[in-house]
Amino acid sequence: MLLVHCPYCDETLPELEFTYGGEAHIARPENPADKTDDEWRDFLFIRTNVKGPHFERWRHAHGCGRFFNAVRDTVSDRFLTTYKADAPRPDLAVLLADASMKEPSK
Amino acid sequence: MTAHVDLNMARTLAKSSAVSVELLPSVARFSLRAGTGEQTALSKALGVALPTKIGQCTRKNKIEVLCLGPDEWTVLAPEDQAVKITDACEAIYAKAPHSLTEVSDREIAIQITGAKATDLMTIGCPRDLDLLPVGEARRTIFDGVSAVLWRDGSDEYRLDLWRSFAPHVISLLETGCAELAAE
Repeated sequence: MLLVHCPYCDETLPELEFTYGGEAHIARPENPADKTDDEWRDFLFIRTNVKGPHFERWRHAHGCGRFFNAVRDTVSDRFLTTYKADAPRPDLAVLLADASMKEPSK
Repeated sequence: MTAHVDLNMARTLAKSSAVSVELLPSVARFSLRAGTGEQTALSKALGVALPTKIGQCTRKNKIEVLCLGPDEWTVLAPEDQAVKITDACEAIYAKAPHSLTEVSDREIAIQITGAKATDLMTIGCPRDLDLLPVGEARRTIFDGVSAVLWRDGSDEYRLDLWRSFAPHVISLLETGCAELAAE
């Protein structure tokens, strides 16, 4: 079972308490009427489908109920970090450097 | 299918040499939502300081307040104090806007005590219970059911469950209670 750190509860908890919420940092257009059909389709449906570190949303559904963001490696399922929903997007290069320092063998 | 369980009468649901499971009498329950700016006024109105760390509880005059989320609390009180709480919060509503909703009928409480109480909890709760300090509580999941798990003592737990899920959890606890005694 995955262990997920909730940035609001500040505890590392079993995956069963959480639900996955799709890709993070997708901003809704301020005025959807300005968008072309293709741009609106991209906003609604087109996602990056990353192989490797992926910025995504999670919700602590059976806990504090908050949405937060996480960076998870979609290959190894390893969480590089989790951060509050209103926090800025962390620098991936720094996260990867931190991760390789903790586990130099990988 | 899970058998019907009468949830209106407090009684012992299951008892063995290892652990005992009891249905507790009903209490008044409120769900409270408020922003950071309103917490001081609400603490004053309730007569209990609202805890600010998720999972912490404060208790005073038989009122129990548990912090469930950054802006969410659950308030438990004896049934005869329900009106007093509603009135006190309504009086400060204009100055400190908040949402106080009575949810007394939504949930029931089950108490689990005995030497193997922690073992019984682990059949449904995926958390590491050693990390749950005595006197605190957490909203978590119990065999697929969202529940508030209170740790009232090292061998004493309380589960707040939504009424409609209770028969399922109770039947699971009854089975666990018998199995732990057979070990």
